[in-house]
Amino acid sequence: MGLRNNVREAMLEAVPSLRAFAISLCGNVDRADDLVQEALLRAWANMGSFQPGTNMSAWLFTILRNLFRSEYRKRRREVEDIDGSYAESLTSLPEQNSRLEIVEFRNALKLLPSEQRESLILVGASGFSYEEAAQICGCAVGTIKSRVNRARSRLAEILSIDSASDFGPDRETRAVANSDVVRPNRS
Amino acid sequence: MNRENKPSPRIRAMHAQKPEKNHVVKLGPDIKAKIGMQLRLMYGEVVDQGVPDRFVEMLKRLDDPNYEGK
Repeated sequence: MGLRNNVREAMLEAVPSLRAFAISLCGNVDRADDLVQEALLRAWANMGSFQPGTNMSAWLFTILRNLFRSEYRKRRREVEDIDGSYAESLTSLPEQNSRLEIVEFRNALKLLPSEQRESLILVGASGFSYEEAAQICGCAVGTIKSRVNRARSRLAEILSIDSASDFGPDRETRAVANSDVVRPNRS
Repeated sequence: MNRENKPSPRIRAMHAQKPEKNHVVKLGPDIKAKIGMQLRLMYGEVVDQGVPDRFVEMLKRLDDPNYEGK
């Protein structure tokens, strides 16, 4: 009973990040939400395979990723929709500039091989360690490191070529980049 | 694949650093920080939406024997 409630709590807590990861995998909010839901149901049904004391969030990410790779990718027939329905679903961004930058950034990410993209996101955005990301992706730590490096190089290349107007080092972005917060400070 | 990993002349000039053994550009801390910031901004945009109702509802009903996920 206690375990069930703990798992439920942990799932609830993980939902926002699972959704962000799922969107980055399938590029479409509705499908991402279905994927998250399916992953949570699967986790719930397989609670017994979770080892207490290990990172539950990493466990949930692993389930979601496996689900995506085994089923969603095969089913995928439409072109990934990153700036269509996804962009429409986001209405809350205060600044037009950061909106545009994010769209541009998402498009650049889309050009990366999927293994590089997921590694970069798990480490750079979800906040997992290289070890945890390796566990989630079922590969060696060194492989994750190399994928993350390649992903960064490639992104730097794409973004500086495509945006003549500068991928902007202004004071605000530096302040955000240098802070430790996971979420951007938008105040 | 090979093509992908080769830095453009412009990038090389920009960083003025030697490419690593497998042609991955060695990025300065500035570029890394900028990419990290963009990543977190993009990710945070979704995270900030919190938990949509459908998940709250779903998680509430997990113990309900008649519930099999909508």
